[in-house]
Amino acid sequence: MANQDKPKLKMAIYWGAGCGGCCVSVLDVHEKLFDVVAVADLVFWPIALDIKYKDVEAMADGFIDLTLFNGAVRNSENEHMARLLRQKSKILVAYGSCAHLGGIPGLANLTNKNELFNRIYLETESTLNPDGIIPKTHFNVTEGELELPEFFNDVRALNQVVDVDYYLPGCPPRTERLIEVFMAIVNKAELPPNGSVVGAWEKTLCDECKRKKTDNKVIRKFYRPWEIHDDGETCFLEQGVICMGPATRGGCGYRCIEGNAPCQGCYGPPADAPDPGAKMMSAIGTIIDSNLEIEIEEIVDAIVDPVGTFYRFSLPKAILRKKMSVPKPVN
Amino acid sequence: MEFEPKIVAFLCNWCSYTGADLAGTSRMKYSPSLRIIRVMCSGRICPTFIFKAFQEGADGVLVCGCHPGDCHYNEGNYKCLRRFKLIEKYIRQMGIEPDRIRLAWISASEGKLFAELANEMTQTIKNLGPSTIKAQLEQMV
Repeated sequence: MANQDKPKLKMAIYWGAGCGGCCVSVLDVHEKLFDVVAVADLVFWPIALDIKYKDVEAMADGFIDLTLFNGAVRNSENEHMARLLRQKSKILVAYGSCAHLGGIPGLANLTNKNELFNRIYLETESTLNPDGIIPKTHFNVTEGELELPEFFNDVRALNQVVDVDYYLPGCPPRTERLIEVFMAIVNKAELPPNGSVVGAWEKTLCDECKRKKTDNKVIRKFYRPWEIHDDGETCFLEQGVICMGPATRGGCGYRCIEGNAPCQGCYGPPADAPDPGAKMMSAIGTIIDSNLEIEIEEIVDAIVDPVGTFYRFSLPKAILRKKMSVPKPVN
Repeated sequence: MEFEPKIVAFLCNWCSYTGADLAGTSRMKYSPSLRIIRVMCSGRICPTFIFKAFQEGADGVLVCGCHPGDCHYNEGNYKCLRRFKLIEKYIRQMGIEPDRIRLAWISASEGKLFAELANEMTQTIKNLGPSTIKAQLEQMV
């Protein structure tokens, strides 16, 4: 237990476009939460504490020691809070896949604001909207003007909006890794250089995966996980199921593999691979067991959704970070 | 002014680059739209190279390697072929015209074929028009 007189670490947790799972992963520290609150004051955490944005705005710059920002930046509210928390925080951590790489919300970069709004407010089978009402950012009622955040055309990872000090990947990050990083900050251990990914290994998931692997993997046919009977012990790739292990950092404790599901890549690419999907396509190219063009096409055809498979958590940070809109025909 | 495409061409050292060299030493005239990058093997071409080329403004990407069975490293060109099929599928999903990338086998003796390929590819890209990928990626709205 820390000395009660010692000034406590001021900590904030915020969510942008995320599912809330990251906040739950913080709660998953269980009884260790007492150790956390012994050394840290939570000054802002919308999911648990009733502290308003204006309270954060009133804080002095650099007042917060550590901010864990989870969720992607989807709208102007997320962007405002990202900038505000950057200004108020000494250390800003992109916590979880969405803040780190864009995450699942980032897959919306396969479409755009117009398509999304049309689908959601006009076209879905359950929508009844004869007047074609679509949300506006400003609306006048008798009581005054109402305001909604502006929805962006594309989803951004946190570092596409503000400078980020550290990245703690995962969907959600493994709680043990959070505690390690948190304790390192509390104990004023020497922190890695700014911009580092913390709480994850340098090597890939395959390095820690316990499944049986052979050196010369070959695939003749790709299966989706439900199409095969997994034997529970052979490398998923060797069974023909795409597992993002070769293009993903270890450190998650191979939770998905233990649950007999292939890796989906939430921990992001290892340090030497700027683009996880490219790395995976490269790896898969090596193990497809055919040299005939027609056969290869057939094998590749079984991958129905390359973007969703190879960039499930990382589309906004991929080299090609969004779907290109169809160019207008030249007259 | 007529649109002059920028095509990044990755050529393997052993066959295709030598083939392109032959086109040059034989004084064959072909379209100047290619920016040739020599790699040791077409198997060295990581998908990243191709995506990066588009990100930085290429209108097209050409990948050339040895003919099947002729790879200096036995099977690098096959790996290239498999990756290329994946990349084709991926860029289609990303809304990029698949005709902007092309894979061709050029041997060291096929200087003429290389010159023809360069002209052909240039024409294909001219028909597609300039790539808007770079502009679209830079646009944060």
